[in-house]
Amino acid sequence: MTDSKYFTTNKKGEIFELRGELNSDKKDRKREAVKKVIASMTVGKDVSALFPDVINCMQTDNLELKKLVYLYLMNYAKSQPDMAIMAVNTFVKDCEDSNPLIRALAVRTMGCIRVDKITEYLCEPLQKCLKDEDPYVRKTAAVCVAKLYDINAQLVEDRGFLDMLRDLLSDSNPMVVANAVAAISEILETSPTPLNMLEVNSQIINKLLTALNECTEWGQVFILDAISNYTPKDDREAQSITERITPRLAHANSAVVLSSIKVIMKLMEMMDPSSDYISMLVKKLSPPLITLLSAEPEIQYVALRNINLIVQKRSDILKHEMKVFFVKYNDPIYVKLEKLDIMIRLTNQANIAQVLAELKEYATEVDVDFVRKSVRAIGRCAIKVEQAAERCVSTLLDLIQTKVNYVVQEAIVVIKDIFRKYPNKYESIIATLCENLDTLDEPEARASMIWIIGEYAERIDNADELLESFLDGFQDENAQVQLQLLTAIVKLFLKRPTDTQELVQQVLSLATQDSDNPDLRDRGYIYWRLLSTDPAAAKEVVLAEKPLISEETDLIEPTLLDELICHISSLASVYHKPPNSFVEGRGGVPVRKVLPPRTGSTTPEDAVQTEAAPQLPQATVIPGADSLIGDLLDMDLGPPTQAYGQHPPPMAQSAPVDLLGEGLDSLLGGISMPTGGNDMGVAGAPSSVAGLGDIFGFNPVNSYVPAQEIWLSAAAGKGLEIHGNFARRNGSLHMDLTFHNKAMSTMTNFAIQFNKNSFGLLPSSPLQVPMPLLPNQSVNASLPLSTTGPVQRMEPLNLLQVAVKNNIDIAYFSCNIAAHVLLTEDGEMERKRFLETWKEIPSVNEKQYEITDVQHNAETVVQKLKNNNIATIAKRNVEGQDMLYQSLKFSNQVQVLAELKIQPGNSTFTLSLKSKAPDVYPMVYESYQTILHHA
Amino acid sequence: MSASAVYILDVKGKVMICRNYRGNIDMSIIDNFMPLVMDKEEEGVSAPIIQYGNITFIYIKCNNLYLVATTKKNANVALVFQFLHRCVQVFSEYFKELEEESIRDNFVIIYELLDEVMDFGFPQTTDSKILQEYITQEGHKLEVAPRPPMAVTNAVSWRSEGIKYRKNEVFLDIIESVNLLVSGSGSVLRSEIVGAVKMRVYLSGMPELRLGLNDKVLFESTGRGKSKSVELEDVKFNQCVRLSRFENDRTISFIPPDGEFELMSYRLNTHVKPLIWVESVIERHAHSRIEFMIKAKSQFKRRSTANNVEIVVTVPTDADCPKFKTTAGSCRYAPDQNAMIWTIKSFPGGKEYLMRAHFGLPSVVNEDLEGKAPIHVRFEIPYFTVSGIQVRYLKIIEKSGYQALPWVRYITQNGDYQLRTG
Repeated sequence: MTDSKYFTTNKKGEIFELRGELNSDKKDRKREAVKKVIASMTVGKDVSALFPDVINCMQTDNLELKKLVYLYLMNYAKSQPDMAIMAVNTFVKDCEDSNPLIRALAVRTMGCIRVDKITEYLCEPLQKCLKDEDPYVRKTAAVCVAKLYDINAQLVEDRGFLDMLRDLLSDSNPMVVANAVAAISEILETSPTPLNMLEVNSQIINKLLTALNECTEWGQVFILDAISNYTPKDDREAQSITERITPRLAHANSAVVLSSIKVIMKLMEMMDPSSDYISMLVKKLSPPLITLLSAEPEIQYVALRNINLIVQKRSDILKHEMKVFFVKYNDPIYVKLEKLDIMIRLTNQANIAQVLAELKEYATEVDVDFVRKSVRAIGRCAIKVEQAAERCVSTLLDLIQTKVNYVVQEAIVVIKDIFRKYPNKYESIIATLCENLDTLDEPEARASMIWIIGEYAERIDNADELLESFLDGFQDENAQVQLQLLTAIVKLFLKRPTDTQELVQQVLSLATQDSDNPDLRDRGYIYWRLLSTDPAAAKEVVLAEKPLISEETDLIEPTLLDELICHISSLASVYHKPPNSFVEGRGGVPVRKVLPPRTGSTTPEDAVQTEAAPQLPQATVIPGADSLIGDLLDMDLGPPTQAYGQHPPPMAQSAPVDLLGEGLDSLLGGISMPTGGNDMGVAGAPSSVAGLGDIFGFNPVNSYVPAQEIWLSAAAGKGLEIHGNFARRNGSLHMDLTFHNKAMSTMTNFAIQFNKNSFGLLPSSPLQVPMPLLPNQSVNASLPLSTTGPVQRMEPLNLLQVAVKNNIDIAYFSCNIAAHVLLTEDGEMERKRFLETWKEIPSVNEKQYEITDVQHNAETVVQKLKNNNIATIAKRNVEGQDMLYQSLKFSNQVQVLAELKIQPGNSTFTLSLKSKAPDVYPMVYESYQTILHHA
Repeated sequence: MSASAVYILDVKGKVMICRNYRGNIDMSIIDNFMPLVMDKEEEGVSAPIIQYGNITFIYIKCNNLYLVATTKKNANVALVFQFLHRCVQVFSEYFKELEEESIRDNFVIIYELLDEVMDFGFPQTTDSKILQEYITQEGHKLEVAPRPPMAVTNAVSWRSEGIKYRKNEVFLDIIESVNLLVSGSGSVLRSEIVGAVKMRVYLSGMPELRLGLNDKVLFESTGRGKSKSVELEDVKFNQCVRLSRFENDRTISFIPPDGEFELMSYRLNTHVKPLIWVESVIERHAHSRIEFMIKAKSQFKRRSTANNVEIVVTVPTDADCPKFKTTAGSCRYAPDQNAMIWTIKSFPGGKEYLMRAHFGLPSVVNEDLEGKAPIHVRFEIPYFTVSGIQVRYLKIIEKSGYQALPWVRYITQNGDYQLRTG
């Protein structure tokens, strides 16, 4: 007997008939009827009208029937919330059944009925099931907490389910632990606010690592994914976790392997890159990655997309394994294309011959997309490996001889790139290219060919004829071709002005008068005006030397790459996009995952420098408080707010690259835009410690703290000498003071007060000086500061006037606030906003500074600045110079954009600043000086 | 973190089974699936993951069926794919073939299984042997209803207690598949051995097994570096094997599942001589005929023999009038595969055979471009492993103290064995 017969009834009055059968006295008929109902439901018929009748069958002693009714309930309860209540009693009863299978079934199903009214009734049975004696029930109940949280988060928090869930992490049964971990990860991901109670600490990690050895393969994945969200406190802990995870690389389940690789890749970041352990790990990671290529094609695809990221992050991994990526004839097309991409990434001088032979083979296959990509890959090889360029070009010429239309077009597109990389080297082939002019019908190929003709117009005798031939159908061409044709003819004219005047006039009039395309018109007018006013200038502009194109194409931007590494094995790693670009926004702050910074157990940078006090101006005692009236900073940015602990609002998703104006585009050169991101601080930003995603812990990096300097001399302070400095710790500002009693009598009753100042600094708690200060003794005090006080502009801006009172007298002094401690953690601007802001600020506001004698390379600079809340948003390399684009924000919300130019071998850096409030520039400059010279 | 819903669709994209796990995506979203698959195929960008708004379809195809999972989150895709493939495995073990008919015939039990293998998008128990203990085709009365087997939540989740056999036996098959890729000019581009240790275990109780191989790493660490040993490049184990134990001292120790399963697989890159070497000369005389001369050479020891050797050579789609001449075996034309298949039942080592084929070609030239498909070879060589791997011992310890017999077989066969034509 088979079930297929249930699908066949399709008579008139079917619902009516079913209702009759459902209410039948005979159990068999009843069961058959429910099966028919489920069959109808499966094929998409609406059988919700039978709700009460089906519910009536719920109280049954037949397990199969019960399961079917439950299935029905899950589907239709939402559309019949009032009647769904009828089912509650049976659920509650089933939750107390003697058979654990029934108890689990009931609690599992109840969680799937997403009706608010029912959730109330669910709480009590769920509480019992979480403490059930049978692990099968407990593991089901653990998941049910996540279900309930999804429906009514408040209820779960109020009823203490989170605590119970956390307790399950210590359950004796590994399956229960695994499901509890899965539920917790889920809840943390959806919760709009941080849930500190679920925070995973090193103790829990230990338990999870123990359970890892005993739970099912799926449970291992849940646990590994949870561990990947945890950041160990130092490299030693990172290494010990890694040691316990590496055996998982031998698991037969690919998901276990990939999740292990994710954790290991993340933890490797924290270790000393030159250590033997790292090189051992690198060796260990290659074989399992290769084995994934023997898995099912879909898994191969996921693996290949991830390998693409992994080899960009760590080029050591798989560097000798080019051959495993050779394409097989029967690979699915999506696997072929990904393999090709990775082959190019691994290409180097040593293996180029093999790669080229393969690519040539692929170019003769039948699949058009694959062939095209193979041809393009040959071009990429030429650009990447200079020694092979000649061979690549001749391979491309061979392919052009095949006359296969799409091969020829693709070849011409890549040859244009080769010309740009190696100017004046291969023009001899231009004649061959020109032979194929007529067959080109794709815009990109036509535009490329036209570019080549224009660029080498002086060497192509009939360049004018060739270009003229394109001009006839100018109106019908694609905009890309039109623009290119316009430029090419202008180039031709500048090179051979005598016989091409007519041609250039023709194209200019076509572009400016007959076109609706504003880009084309604008470009036409610019050329026109240039040519008519100053042909020499036109030459300089149009025939200017072009920057060489870079070797590596399609590289993922480093910050995005780091983020994607944290998402290995997930959709983000397949899409190569950050999760917030495709997962819909939820109530909470989307927290970006970042790789942990390297934190050795003793990192010298972190240690506070004590010797050699920096040359900062000596503090002076001020005459009186009355003469200090300035005006508020002239900034239209609203009142300063307390920045700490506050999350910046979630940013709108940024627009794709092509929205950029051309001018802006050139500002940042070829840097590709991130497709998402937010302006949360990156690693080390304490404001994100409270963030949800970092619930598994985070190591805040403290900013540089200068040595204490003398603020109040004993003479001025009637025996009280004060040394002090400013520090930023865990996102809040502190004034650290050392009091020396150089008088003969004991001092008590210390108090401190600030004058109004530019940044609204105010002690946020009273000064705590622990004991009466005996003569010749000294004591340290740390005063937490807030920035919500009254604001008054000071000159210089960072001047702070302080009054300290004790039982003897009141002493006044002034000091300079170290500029960099005023920078807040949320200073990182989203890239798109950075560009917009940069454009908005008038160029008169731009100012340049020079920072001399810096002994660090760009990487170290980025890290140092980052530790001190200067975020690097983009980095690019222009003709050997590193350009860093950075943003920072003062506690009064004043934002400053910066461009830092670093030339290799030159210890003088150029700093350009842009802000709406140029007054702060000296402070920014001071910050950079301090950080780069001392931190 | 995982799937919102799972669907099984027929070849036309009609829903046969659907199970909503999270209720956060409208189930009718699946109506967009097939059109999307078609579009992507047309654009030549087909991939097993399709983004549709903020929803992602993750799917596999199996015997003309689609298994589709939907998600709205940044799901662990490797997990989802592995899970879908595991579902296919579980269903196949329940109903032999997974196809349209068997799904319709068993839809009630499929729903029961879907309820058990995943909860709220998290995969749970997917071991079909354990599932069969409490989800069966027969209806149950509640009083005698099955209880969840201990194994579902045990540390040993793959074996139930109380198994009994009159005769305790273990069969071990070591199967090595050779993957080979040879370029048109006759140079070996890639050669790789993928080995599998498959077991059939008929043992009572909860036996502890320990398998000893001539593993190079183990031999070197125990000072037997000179004995003949094999360097395994990457090893993957069934979930029953204690991974940390292997990591520590390379011991393969485990409590096996009952019946048939794959204990481990391994991979090694070695440059062995291709076992069966094929050379081809193809002469194409446009508009009239095409001639093939295929030479096959066995490059293994004379005392071994390859069985059921099949050499598959692609011929043009418009070829006709096949004529074959062989020095051994027989050859037939398989128009459905656009290929000819040369079969040699028994191919001893150190031999060389020849085959000539002649096809007619129409005078009108075929417009469609045809790819140069490589030559595929299938074969099986018993009592032989290319890598030289050997089972040194299989220790079986059970507290009742019975004696059990292990039987070991070795086979080498073709894997992905391709030789490109020049």
